Amino acid sequence: MLKLEAVSKIYRIGTFGGKELHAVSNVSFEVEDGEVVSLIGESGSGKSTIGKLILRLLSASSGMITFDGVDISTLQGPVLKEYRRRVQGVFQDPFSSYNPIFKADRIFRIIKQEFFPEMKRGEWQERLEGALRAVGLNPDQVLDKFPHQLSGGQLQRFLIARALLLNIQFLVADEIISMLDASTRIDVLNLLADLKSRGLSVLFITHDLSLGYYISERAVILYRGCVAEMGATEKIYARPLHPYTQMLMASVPRLDEKWKVVETRLKAQESELRGGCVYYDRCPVADRALGCDTFRPPLVEAEQNHFVACFRCGGA
Amino acid sequence: MSLQVENLTVYYQTLRGEVRALEEATFGVADGEIMGLAGESGCGKSTLANSLIRLSLPMKLIKGRVLLDGEELPIADMERMNPFRFERISIIPQYAMNALNPTRKIGKMIAELLRSRQVDGAGFLPELKRRLDLVELSHEVLDMYPIELSGGMKQRVVMLISTLLNPSLLLADEITSALDVSSQKAVAEMLVSFRDREFVRSLIVITHDISILYQIADSILIMYAGQLAEKAPTEAIVHAPRHPYTRLLISSLPQVGVKYAEKRLTGIPGTPPMLLDPPAGCRFRERCPLAFEKCLQVPPFIQVDPGHFVACWKEFETDAQA
Repeated sequence: MLKLEAVSKIYRIGTFGGKELHAVSNVSFEVEDGEVVSLIGESGSGKSTIGKLILRLLSASSGMITFDGVDISTLQGPVLKEYRRRVQGVFQDPFSSYNPIFKADRIFRIIKQEFFPEMKRGEWQERLEGALRAVGLNPDQVLDKFPHQLSGGQLQRFLIARALLLNIQFLVADEIISMLDASTRIDVLNLLADLKSRGLSVLFITHDLSLGYYISERAVILYRGCVAEMGATEKIYARPLHPYTQMLMASVPRLDEKWKVVETRLKAQESELRGGCVYYDRCPVADRALGCDTFRPPLVEAEQNHFVACFRCGGA
Repeated sequence: MSLQVENLTVYYQTLRGEVRALEEATFGVADGEIMGLAGESGCGKSTLANSLIRLSLPMKLIKGRVLLDGEELPIADMERMNPFRFERISIIPQYAMNALNPTRKIGKMIAELLRSRQVDGAGFLPELKRRLDLVELSHEVLDMYPIELSGGMKQRVVMLISTLLNPSLLLADEITSALDVSSQKAVAEMLVSFRDREFVRSLIVITHDISILYQIADSILIMYAGQLAEKAPTEAIVHAPRHPYTRLLISSLPQVGVKYAEKRLTGIPGTPPMLLDPPAGCRFRERCPLAFEKCLQVPPFIQVDPGHFVACWKEFETDAQA
């Protein structure tokens, strides 16, 4: 349903905008109906930028994003509003998503004013309480409160409930549980998975690999704006092919095994992006003979439903 | 025993009354021990760390004492604590990496800091450079402003600064939480190497991420709502926890290899109590599946196995029967 085709986003930086920062380069993937896709990457990998591009908070520099076959960059006015009725986002920090001087349920009132001005008050109240129950909140306990009177988990679930009120088909969940406590984060994660069974598609943006594995069927690993590896979650986790993915997997703290002694090269000072592979500076197996420093490796299918962008791994 | 904390009770004074953030904390950290301190936000873990080094208003010491290398720390006295701070006991506060002075170069900042402790900055330079190499930072960093460094680099600078004078005890508060997994691993492993090289004798590592502690800590202390719940060697906490809270907490953590479709994990129902007027007895009582009448009294924190302390009446009961 949602499709990204060769999407790039270039920011102009520097005093007079003379320099270019390639936040996202040439990214293509799809999210099917009722599917959860994890977008995994470290800070600066462009994962949040992709989320914002999908939500039309930013516009792409090149490439195309289509939703049910319609190019979203052409949407305007009432059609764009209709798009937002179907596609919504929830972001990382629940505390900064609210205005602290208003009560937290103001976000629901705004939704009513904007999208359901005709609806009767009683009917709306019923719908609102239904949405709150769907996210595991008791309406009597959480309505009519200020943001500081609610916990991070409750506020985050408010935002998901707000998205649900709109009958959305696609949710961009940008690091939505990284600010929550261990005992409550799993509930929010289960909630997302339950919504999926109701037909909702989710783009689950995270830096935590175990969360990505828990919830998604497919994963996309990003590094510096480029897709390093993507495909079925089990395949990527069982047999990571890209050296970057391998390094990530080795660095994840686990409860069933200790870190092995492997050298993790730390991020070098962000060097200018040349023509070569974006991971060239940190890659332990980079080889000039393969052209790692001069050509950008294309994404090739290493096995069924498992793509990798590395000259070392079957990429020609 | 490097650090010995006895019955430490610290409340916050607010207009609405006292917030009972830390109750009757009694535990020890041995020489060379890395103790992890874990719990949900608001459980008092940062309060515990801060009260060991800088117990300032609105915090108020109710009772208890703290011994470092056999010497009592005057924790309630801001002035008399000064000679201990940075030299004997040091802290990396939460978000410290964002608190570096943006108008000072790193080198100048370090020189000023050393001067404030009457240490000769120029004579210290070779040692400083040796340590920069250890944390894989180039010497040019000394001539850079904080804005020129990445998050992981800033965190390493902060670690280096807080251990410069080889303190007996280092408190590291959430130092890995804002970092990428690869930097997280590097920073955590550097903490261990600091201990191995005896830059610090013992460490208390505070985090909400138990899987990081499993990688680096020798023992883990679990707190809940201001009370100590369990302290045990790392393996025991992760694989054979005895407090119901620890058990539920460990089983709610998603792991690589666990999928929603195959095994649905569950969280802990309910929320932690307000500490302004906390319920009597065990504070986990209301969320605990095993709670019974006895839990209306505060369970003592006692040793059930060598090095394994737990505060739960149900455990004591099963122990007595066995």
